[in-house]
Amino acid sequence: MRSLTHRTRFLAIGAAAVLATALVAACGSSSSGSSSKTILIGASLSLTGDFSADGIAFERGYELWEHDVNAHGGINGRKVKLIILNDNSSTNQVDTNYTDLITVKHVDLTFGPFSSLLTAPAAEVAHRYGFAFVEGAGGSPLVFNEKLPNVFDVALPVANALDPLVNWLKAQPAAQRPTSAAYPIVNDPFTVLQEQRAQGFLQQAGIHTSYSKIFPMEVPDYLPTANLVAGKKPQMVVLGSVDVPTVASFVHAFEQQHFNPKLMIATAGPDQGQAFLSAVGGAAAANGIMVPNLWYPGYADPTSQAMVREYVAKYGGSPSGVNADVAEAYSVGQITADAVKATGSTKGSAIDAYLHGNHTFASVEGPVQFNSLGENVKAIAFVFQWQNGKFVQVLPLGAKGSVPILYPKPNW
Amino acid sequence: MTSEISQAIAAGILGGGVYALMAAGLTLIFGVLDIINVAQGILVVLGAYLSYVLSVHLHLDLLLGLLITVPAMFVIGLVIYWLFIRPLRGAERTSMTLLACFAVALIIEGVLYREFGSNYVSLNAWYTSSSVHLFNFYLADIYLIGFGLAVVAIAAMYLILYRTKFGRAVRATMQNQAAARLIGIDVNRVAALTFGIGTAVTAIGGMVFGATSGGFTPNSGYDLISRLLAIVILAGMGSIGGALVAAVFMTTAEALVDVWQPNWSVAVFYLAIVIILTFRPAGLFGRRAVRAQ
Repeated sequence: MRSLTHRTRFLAIGAAAVLATALVAACGSSSSGSSSKTILIGASLSLTGDFSADGIAFERGYELWEHDVNAHGGINGRKVKLIILNDNSSTNQVDTNYTDLITVKHVDLTFGPFSSLLTAPAAEVAHRYGFAFVEGAGGSPLVFNEKLPNVFDVALPVANALDPLVNWLKAQPAAQRPTSAAYPIVNDPFTVLQEQRAQGFLQQAGIHTSYSKIFPMEVPDYLPTANLVAGKKPQMVVLGSVDVPTVASFVHAFEQQHFNPKLMIATAGPDQGQAFLSAVGGAAAANGIMVPNLWYPGYADPTSQAMVREYVAKYGGSPSGVNADVAEAYSVGQITADAVKATGSTKGSAIDAYLHGNHTFASVEGPVQFNSLGENVKAIAFVFQWQNGKFVQVLPLGAKGSVPILYPKPNW
Repeated sequence: MTSEISQAIAAGILGGGVYALMAAGLTLIFGVLDIINVAQGILVVLGAYLSYVLSVHLHLDLLLGLLITVPAMFVIGLVIYWLFIRPLRGAERTSMTLLACFAVALIIEGVLYREFGSNYVSLNAWYTSSSVHLFNFYLADIYLIGFGLAVVAIAAMYLILYRTKFGRAVRATMQNQAAARLIGIDVNRVAALTFGIGTAVTAIGGMVFGATSGGFTPNSGYDLISRLLAIVILAGMGSIGGALVAAVFMTTAEALVDVWQPNWSVAVFYLAIVIILTFRPAGLFGRRAVRAQ
């Protein structure tokens, strides 16, 4: 009996301790605008897995911003500290990570992960806990279809990315336009919509579709698909890719098949600097290949240039090796800092309301303004091209920084 | 359409050579040691990185580099065996080796991340983007080389297994380890050498993988291992020649489906495996048949 009483008392004390701990933890929970000195910011990034190259670039972008903002006194006098968890490019893990960051690590703010595929579930977790969710790599409709009020994408809306190319082609005299196009597309929310939109416009402009198929991301070998495309001999290839190996495999296969399209553009991959050049076999093989994007290392903005210099000083390499992920991540930090400064709060609802207030923000990627869905309406799509080993902006024609386009693409 | 199908078959057959090279070591190690080496994917990637280092830093041709990477991977295989596999004994050995191989994979992946980072690297040589015109097709040189290397490597493994005293010891160990010990075979030595040979062959697979994949990172092994296991299961665990047949079947089936509907290509291969294993549960060249050869 005595032992039972002791045990009951022990259990009661234990339960009280657990309850007290939970209350303390709940009070420290952050979306309420914690008053602790350091602002904790949580992000889940793909440091391993299929998106690891982009995930690590994002990590560097976030860390550069963290360093810079702290070097300038923090936000409203409070230093910031990043907590980054690895999601291994998994949609399940990204969900777990944000739950962990918010409920266990009690972060004050959250930053987005890499890719639309992971941003969509992550944004829902942030929304559930009342956190604003500024992100830099979730520009596909998959993210915006839910119409979450807490999502703000600083990057270019994916669907419109190929518009500058389409507009340029439509403006060309009919005799100079390609007459046929192939659309091999990796099955990913990032690629499908922009490819299908471009295909629709180009068909209307009289450019015949000679190949248009979606293939899985897990395809073991791109050779058969690339050979099929080459066999159709389209004058233009619009490759819906998400990484370097896909583009490099197609380039190698086209070279092997002695197939030379007049124009080749890939939705992602050619923007990866030196990694892309070495994968395709050097500057000559890359010559004329294009990619749509919002930003490139040569972007003539003083903050952007400072970030590029800082990146090179910290991580080595050359400015051309700094990919757009770094700028996207850095911009996430800039926009969030502006919102926290303006509202004086880290509370999700305050930040959401402020970011939806039609304000225009400055970022290393250029101006940012959000519409009701959280898309960046000020983002301007550019097309970049490899020209003799240099990655240059070519479209829109006449835009600041654009140089003449290399067309038709030189033969391999 | 006929031309597309013919080209798909050609691409499939040549692509099968690449996968056979990567799977041969896996099936040999399973056949002799009853170890499902889940580190095979990362060993392929390690082989690719070794070729990368020799190519980029020593400017050594990829094929010549094999003279260094194959022995190097043999030694790595021996070290893995002695450190991680040999100490495991008892009834739980098979499941424990699975965990040990997984640990090996994580260690190698971690080291590769540390040394090379997460950016894609690739293997390039003049023959990685060139081709020959044969039978009205352009056939990629690197795939022809890969297929040739697969045939040579598998033939060499057959010669070792069926024409040498060591091979007899290996086959005796495959059939019955206890009986092999009783007739004086040093089973530990045979097992270590077999693990080394299986890993050494992977160096060739790694080089060809690196030259045909368009780029790889330390993470690339995960995409490989499920396919390599599927090939080995389809072939019949332990069948080295069967690995070539199964790999060619896999890549050809996928290439043919690609002509109509690429999104179905992977699913069709796995569906084919299910159907084949329903009628031949031991695979195309079942393990019992392999060990009886």
